[in-house]
Amino acid sequence: METRIAPHNDILLDVRNLKVHFPIEEGVLLRKVVGYIRAVDGIDFEIRKGETLGLVGESGCGKSTTARAIAQLYEPTAGEIYFQGKDLCKLSKEDLLEARMHMQMIFQDPYASLNPRMTVGDIIAEPLEIYRGRGFLQVTSSDIRKRIEDLLEKVGLSRNFVNRFPHEFSGGQKQRIGIARALALNPKLILADEPVSALDVSIQSQILNLLHDLQEEFALTYLFIAHDLAVIRHISTRVAVMYLGVIVEIAESAELYKDPFHPYTKALLSAVPIPDPQVERARKRIILEGDVPSPDRERHGCYFYDRCSQRMDSCQTNIPRLTQVKPDHRVACFLYFKPS
Amino acid sequence: MQNQEILRVENLKTYFNTDDGVVKAVDSVSFTLNQGETLGIVGESGCGKSVTNLSVMRLISSPPGKIMGGDVFFHGKSVLSMSEDELRDLRGNKISMIFQDPMSSLNPFLRISTQLVETLCLHQGLSRSEAREKAVQMLRLVGIPTPEKRIDAYPHQFSGGMRQRAMIAMALSCNPEILIADEPTTALDVTIQAQILEIIKDLTVKLNTAVILVTHDLGVVSGMCNNICVMYAGRIVERASTDDMFSNPKHPYTRGLIRSVPRLDKTTKERLYSIPGTPPSLIDIPECCPFHPRCQHAMDVCRMKYPDETDFENGHKACCWLYGDSNRAA
Repeated sequence: METRIAPHNDILLDVRNLKVHFPIEEGVLLRKVVGYIRAVDGIDFEIRKGETLGLVGESGCGKSTTARAIAQLYEPTAGEIYFQGKDLCKLSKEDLLEARMHMQMIFQDPYASLNPRMTVGDIIAEPLEIYRGRGFLQVTSSDIRKRIEDLLEKVGLSRNFVNRFPHEFSGGQKQRIGIARALALNPKLILADEPVSALDVSIQSQILNLLHDLQEEFALTYLFIAHDLAVIRHISTRVAVMYLGVIVEIAESAELYKDPFHPYTKALLSAVPIPDPQVERARKRIILEGDVPSPDRERHGCYFYDRCSQRMDSCQTNIPRLTQVKPDHRVACFLYFKPS
Repeated sequence: MQNQEILRVENLKTYFNTDDGVVKAVDSVSFTLNQGETLGIVGESGCGKSVTNLSVMRLISSPPGKIMGGDVFFHGKSVLSMSEDELRDLRGNKISMIFQDPMSSLNPFLRISTQLVETLCLHQGLSRSEAREKAVQMLRLVGIPTPEKRIDAYPHQFSGGMRQRAMIAMALSCNPEILIADEPTTALDVTIQAQILEIIKDLTVKLNTAVILVTHDLGVVSGMCNNICVMYAGRIVERASTDDMFSNPKHPYTRGLIRSVPRLDKTTKERLYSIPGTPPSLIDIPECCPFHPRCQHAMDVCRMKYPDETDFENGHKACCWLYGDSNRAA
């Protein structure tokens, strides 16, 4: 994959101190909030035009919540999300609708994300129809029809599939339909939430190639979420590693895989099996103890403290902030800087 | 010790009758498993990996499934002609299984202790207190902290990784000769996957258990297995030692599979290799090479007849007409 590093003023999306907390409620009639799940607990990152930012982490670390908060499907508890210079959290309903036109999602489960009672044509046309109905798009029905057929071709399906239903397609083909829908409005940013995780190996590489080709053709910017580190390495320009609702490390892709700093990134990378028996025998695995803790309490120290093999006293009482330690390489760990 | 055969599967055919036709889920599959060996069975969803192993345990419900031919020999004794009593002694005791989703294979209404103790009392003839002691010991072995307390928990009180550990403890508690692990780590995160694979590796060496590891993840087999079988559309298309399989794959499907996986240790600047098309439906599949529509080397003969196995060296075998000059004449 090309590593096109855009100049820094070319920032398409800027996320600052984003927090998404979900209330835990108890009681039958009188529901009372007894605590919060801190799904996303203060993250900062930016996405530059034309790049792919890979967001990686284990289940429950807040990857999907981040994507959904960016699309304003969840209301953030705190923080700002600047998309093309405007803070999405502060926009009126009408302005938000317009901003979202340039931002589309692709989902993990191609079976659940397509309405089984709609034809492929209707599914892809829906975003166009919505924006036409609100007066954002001046197009005729035949324009839309033409657009649907072009899109089907672009994602590697036949133009004749317009009147078919989702159940007639395989998982890989369904994912292609989901991608065509996401492209319908000519978006600038695509939020892809585990788009290849549900697919078989041979189909996964087809979809990854398709996403790569489309990015080149339409100058797309991706936020690409996955738990598979090899897939992330392949597709991403830069990679952010999440743990328990925070970003622990963010760097240029090749740099992160070659020279990871955070103990969690190191353990994560060493845990991934490599399909080559000779390499695999020579590797040393860092086995983490225990499970990821529940994100239901406020933390006053490093989020990785419980499982870290290199923890120090200062990690328990100070939260390491994401800090630049090398050009374009930020890490949240006191092994690399002193607590302030 | 190493090369003593314990399980032999010969020409196993398991078909399912459906309204749309006969699904040949497993079609003439043969393999052997030796003592202490870890055999990997690799393939994409629907290729018959799981059905093969369920057939070995005689766990295919009939109807709709039926074992149409072939046989399975455990220490030379035919499993297909065993009585229910003999089967009960085999399942869970001599051969045990762990599955992908530990939540659906543990009974949510029963404590972990009840489920572990039940197995031990039934198969090993231990008293309840002996069984409980052994169960605690097994849980400690798989790395559950304070097992004497946690043993009385219910499955929902365990995390995914801990449930899979409990399943492994249960599966290994009767000292089985074979452990069949069907996608044991697919539902787990990578760091937990690493823990679980490490436990399976350690314990099976310690207890001298042979393992059949079913997975779609080439990375997992490369670190765990001695030998690998690659399945496609109900058949084993290639078998070899792990090193041979990765360094010198013969079948175009195996080659494609290995090349299409992005690797953690390599930056791929260009596009990934990908196998065109999708796996075929197994309904009324014709008697030709099922891979030919996706194969870049497809020849006329591939569309006519299924190739015999060509023997390379050291037990490396593949079913492909590319190597089949001798059997094409036959």
